[in-house]
Amino acid sequence: MQDIGRMGFSEAQGDLLESATAFCADVSPVARVRALMTDDLGHDPAVWRQIGELGWLAIAIPEAFGGLGLELGDVVPVVEQMGRRLLAGPYVSTTLAAQALIAGGTDAQRAEVLPQLAAGTPATLALMEGAADWDLEAITATVTAGAGNLTLAGTKILVENADAARWIIASVLHERQPALVLIDRVSVAETALRRETIIDETRRAFSLTLDGITVPASALLDPARAAATLAHLHLAANLLACAEMCGGTQAAIDDTLDYAKTRIQFGKPIGTYQGVKHPIVAAYVRYEQARSHLYSAAHCFNEQGTGEIAVRMAKAEADAAFSFAADRAIQFHGGFGFTYDCDAQLYRRRAIWHAAQGGDRAFHKKKLAELLF
Amino acid sequence: MTAPDPKDLAEYAADADAWFLANVNSDPGFMLPLTFMEVGTDRQFDFLREWQARVHAAGYLGAAWPKEYGGRGLHPDFQAAATAAMRKHNGPIMLNAIGLNWTGPLLLDIGTEDHKQRYLKRILSAEDIWCQGFSEPEHGSDLGNAQTRAVRDGEAYIVNGSKIWTTLGHYADYMILLCRTDPASTRKYDGLSFILTPMKIPGVTTTPIRKLTGEHGFTQTFFADARVPADGLMGKEGEGWKVAMRTLEYERGARGGQAGGYVQTPTNAWAVLDLARRMQRGGKPALDDPDIRSQMVDFILEIQSLELCRQRIAVPALNTDHPAGLPLSSKLMTTEFVRRINEFAITLTGGQGAYYAGDPNAVDYGFWTRAYLNAFSATIGGGTTQIQHNIVGEHVLGLPKG
Repeated sequence: MQDIGRMGFSEAQGDLLESATAFCADVSPVARVRALMTDDLGHDPAVWRQIGELGWLAIAIPEAFGGLGLELGDVVPVVEQMGRRLLAGPYVSTTLAAQALIAGGTDAQRAEVLPQLAAGTPATLALMEGAADWDLEAITATVTAGAGNLTLAGTKILVENADAARWIIASVLHERQPALVLIDRVSVAETALRRETIIDETRRAFSLTLDGITVPASALLDPARAAATLAHLHLAANLLACAEMCGGTQAAIDDTLDYAKTRIQFGKPIGTYQGVKHPIVAAYVRYEQARSHLYSAAHCFNEQGTGEIAVRMAKAEADAAFSFAADRAIQFHGGFGFTYDCDAQLYRRRAIWHAAQGGDRAFHKKKLAELLF
Repeated sequence: MTAPDPKDLAEYAADADAWFLANVNSDPGFMLPLTFMEVGTDRQFDFLREWQARVHAAGYLGAAWPKEYGGRGLHPDFQAAATAAMRKHNGPIMLNAIGLNWTGPLLLDIGTEDHKQRYLKRILSAEDIWCQGFSEPEHGSDLGNAQTRAVRDGEAYIVNGSKIWTTLGHYADYMILLCRTDPASTRKYDGLSFILTPMKIPGVTTTPIRKLTGEHGFTQTFFADARVPADGLMGKEGEGWKVAMRTLEYERGARGGQAGGYVQTPTNAWAVLDLARRMQRGGKPALDDPDIRSQMVDFILEIQSLELCRQRIAVPALNTDHPAGLPLSSKLMTTEFVRRINEFAITLTGGQGAYYAGDPNAVDYGFWTRAYLNAFSATIGGGTTQIQHNIVGEHVLGLPKG
């Protein structure tokens, strides 16, 4: 029987969980989240600076490049608490951009960019295209070598925080093979970005027209490692998505519990009724299971084979748990749940976003069948 | 207790591994029960009693109980290592479940010296079999409503009434009895007492109950003016509910003190995967069917959920918001999973799902249909799934009582 993962929790994870729990609750009350939803940038630059000062962007970056030299699994408790408080900002996209450089960047790119990311310079990935395929190797954008530089063509979509990012790492075809290219935002004209209308209003995403953008030849990430890097990013993005989702699931359940304990109908709090109580318990149990999978995936992430199984299991479970908890959160808030003012919709929208990014439960189950059977 | 020397622990674990490898007999030539609730025949009972006695004599049961009461006085990690070895070699279950997991820890906590001397060693050696008398015919999950009466008469209680679902009742030497000593108390929980009751005394009789599988395994127990020695009272008169709830905490593993081993064999989802490979659909393995494949992944995800949640109980930092959440929901999660995966297994056997245990054409001797039907003992017994939802909702999530 193959190893499909196990629980593990490091001292660093414990410390980060404790500090992130307090910090995120403090800086991201839901009123602040709602205010930022209508803000152009979509996040609070002061909070972003604080996150940088706390060293959280440096967690999974090697010490040689100004990082703390910990693992991606150590980032998980931080992202979980950000998800719980719907904390907006480019934390995950910057962490993933660093992962792209660690896994597939050239020595020069790592030396130049990783210390910046560790210190709080925002960055992002541009991996998806028109059909929004979850297979990251389904690429049509191209890079072509010209006189001393590279010319890009094509369009990437759902590029998170592209306006705030200083660096964008895009997937393109190079000599008909998948490749990654590091784009300095100064070479991207404002007109190349279109802000997209997305389901999760706490985030910012853009389509990025690559046509006409030129970058130096040195901007290409190591072509020999491009496929492996894309595979790594697929799992890394899903791991961090699971963390956000578990945090969001917890919050959706907590909101529902508060309401069920205080909303009176027919003379009793609605949480008294088993028709309400039992599905909340079902959502809670599902949440605890998803969270157990999350920390198994975090612990086993770097283990060849097991890491992939554990991450796909965690995403399949997080999708089911978050979708169910947020769906029931709307229902159990009754008429209020149908309004924009009720926070239940924030979680339901976010669950849809995460299912659409990196694959939903059905997608990961199919992959798991291939890995397990 | 100080942490064990890793060298001693490793040596003990290696000895246990070798002992179980040499001594486990999981196929005595008749079907063994999967849980202590399924012991239906004398030969099953005799086999399991002898097995438990041997495990204890070898030092692999009750290893963390004090030496003077039949244990070995070791750190709990030693017993955990022995239990792991037992599991690894598929050792049959420990028979004396109520004694090992309920009575024993309770006596160690609040029993008198006399109780400990009299009962503990004989629990480990299976010389005394214990049963539990909580449920009553009219009050299934509503334990607090017990009506079996106990009236003090000198050095004894005169007991009248009836208990149901007494596992091993026919064989048991003692019962932990929840009974009503004060029918006048205003709160129903206040009038209850918890008494260690001998079973083989005048006025106590048992009638076997035939289960939905056609087998026996439980009794109904009747008390008719039974004189039960009053020195079996645990806690004070009227504190029975508190004591009973304490035993449930041992049973759910929320409190230490259990003797070790296991009293039920976990359903193995991987065995169902193997079944999905062996069974056919249209001349191909059933596992090639996309719908079956998808369901199979669901079940493997779920069994891994249960395993990871079990492991996570040991990580306090990941249990801060609802410290009792995982222990109190584990019965709900596990019992429903077992019921559903066995139901799925029956569907995998296709047309042969029509056979029952005993027919030569039945897949795996009819194991899966029998296991499915027996699975209801756990989704109903010990508080139904519906009551478990209330327990988690009210005691973990703080929702108001109905």
